[in-house]
Amino acid sequence: MSDKTVNRRAFMTAAGLAGAAVATGARAQTPDPLITEVQPWNKQLGDGVQANPYGSPSKFEKHVVRRDVEWLTVSRESSVNFTPLHELDGIITPSGLCFERHHGGVAEIEPGKHRLMIHGLVDKPLVYTMDDLKRFPGRINRAYFLECAANSGMEWKGAQLNGCQFTHGMVHNVWYAGLPLKALLDQAGVKTNGKWLLAEGADSAGMTRSIPIDKAMKDCMVAWNMNGEALRPEQGYPLRLVVPGWEGNMWVKWLRRLEIGDQPWHHREETSKYTDLLADGRSRRFTWIMDAKSVVTNPSPQAPLRAKGPNVLTGLAWSGRGAIKRVDVSLDGGRNWTTARIEGPVLPLSLTRFYLDFDWDGRELLVQSRAMDDTGYVQPTKSELRAVRGVNSIYHNNGIQTWLVRGDGETENVEIS
Amino acid sequence: MSRFRELVIAAALLACGPAFAQSAPPVALGRPALPQEIAAWDIDIRPDGVGLPPGKGSVKDGEQIYLERCAACHGEFGEGAGRYPVLVGGQGTLTKDAPDKTIGSFWPYASTVFDYVRRAMPFGDAQSLTADETYALTAYLLAMNEVVKDDFVLSKENFASVKLGNVGAFYDDDRETTEKAFWREPCMKDCAREPAKILNRARALDVTPDSKTGPKVE
Repeated sequence: MSDKTVNRRAFMTAAGLAGAAVATGARAQTPDPLITEVQPWNKQLGDGVQANPYGSPSKFEKHVVRRDVEWLTVSRESSVNFTPLHELDGIITPSGLCFERHHGGVAEIEPGKHRLMIHGLVDKPLVYTMDDLKRFPGRINRAYFLECAANSGMEWKGAQLNGCQFTHGMVHNVWYAGLPLKALLDQAGVKTNGKWLLAEGADSAGMTRSIPIDKAMKDCMVAWNMNGEALRPEQGYPLRLVVPGWEGNMWVKWLRRLEIGDQPWHHREETSKYTDLLADGRSRRFTWIMDAKSVVTNPSPQAPLRAKGPNVLTGLAWSGRGAIKRVDVSLDGGRNWTTARIEGPVLPLSLTRFYLDFDWDGRELLVQSRAMDDTGYVQPTKSELRAVRGVNSIYHNNGIQTWLVRGDGETENVEIS
Repeated sequence: MSRFRELVIAAALLACGPAFAQSAPPVALGRPALPQEIAAWDIDIRPDGVGLPPGKGSVKDGEQIYLERCAACHGEFGEGAGRYPVLVGGQGTLTKDAPDKTIGSFWPYASTVFDYVRRAMPFGDAQSLTADETYALTAYLLAMNEVVKDDFVLSKENFASVKLGNVGAFYDDDRETTEKAFWREPCMKDCAREPAKILNRARALDVTPDSKTGPKVE
């Protein structure tokens, strides 16, 4: 028996779960007609190639969609929807399920009509076409999570939305291809007093954010490809900025302009929005980094437990400060923890998948997960966050989530003492 | 481009591997941005007034523009129609249960108002206001928030003199010091004396969209 198994058993005992597993390998009473009878799909020809030249999910997966919360915003053009995290596995988010956040609707831009301008404190102000960018040497491809700073923002004052799609679904993880921003900035030649970069979108909101030049040079990308295909329109087609580990609002979509300056611009999205109002009435600004966070996606309110006996608990963890080092899971509301099994690639600034295989005896569970990153930062409880920040900061709620799994398997979003 | 910078780029490219070593000179892609092109796109404004276009506008003219172009969403008095943003009031609410973060109560810089209106408003008809109209509208929004008097005329020249009350309340991210306690060795066993008690449930609020019905298609 491996150490891991021993540890897990000790944990189950602590949680009052060991030895209580109910045998679920039900004995068949009558032969299963799905086996004994020839089914239509065993007999008839299916669709040929080209029935669906750009493939889409099975018709039996129609429930797997982005959803919005209508009362949150007044207009769908300036709104948000949410990734169905509870329906996914692995670490990559399918392009069509990546949550959307627009401020002026989805800009529709023919790639041949798109331009990227670099100007300001540079030796050579430049204009690039998409063709120029795709011929540029030094292309890279990388996986990064993007989390909206307001993810879980509706939960500051208590449990509000019943589903990890709504509480945590403003995050996605995509494999991008494009250029290091540094390659383009070096070509333009940033002057020594060029300390800030303003990124601007071509949409009707003209989205802008100020980014320190050090970050721009370190790991930012201009990307035109996601998960192997062109960016989806709602993700900024034909070109978006990638700002690894930093809040999603900075990842300007439909990117058309990069201006170098010696000071930040203090535009709307970094003053009126995306500043964190604290209990004393003062506000933190430039809170760009997304701290370590995790959530159990299964079980969760939209994905309850269906049966006693063997079950797979799974979830996602991420940190804007580096790579995920460890994820602990509690089934008793945080009194006792066991370390989950991290599986698949553990990439810095990317979603990381964890699992905990467990036997459920039908008793109530208070399920939590707690992420730790390689800087040693440990995801705090919601009470710990509120003690420092109050409840009015909207953004950067990375507190530990609790799901109540009831005796019938139904699962609820709750707050606990 | 200076000879020095060329050398730096050459060195950087060399470091990337042999494939780049041969293409050491700057990449011959992209073209110089023309001054007219930069002027057409460079519409951003900074708190120190850098970027402001020539022009001016009065509170009085701004009121007219506001009623015609803005009031349908933001309300006749900036109170916000439906759930569109409230533009006025909120002073003294920042420490309260439901803070109203308006231009008058929260925004640190008047330049942000000008910049945002110029680039993104009116909603759905962005960049349709002239510079003078944007000055007038900004002046009116400032007057509605009692930052300037009703006879004020805002211009490129006097813009920097306008100060908003909440500017001193913003400070840079300090999480690495004020939240230092979150870097720690976490407890694994018997971490709480009492079993956890449920304090509240999302279900009680009943504000979650029904997962059984699909999203509305318009």
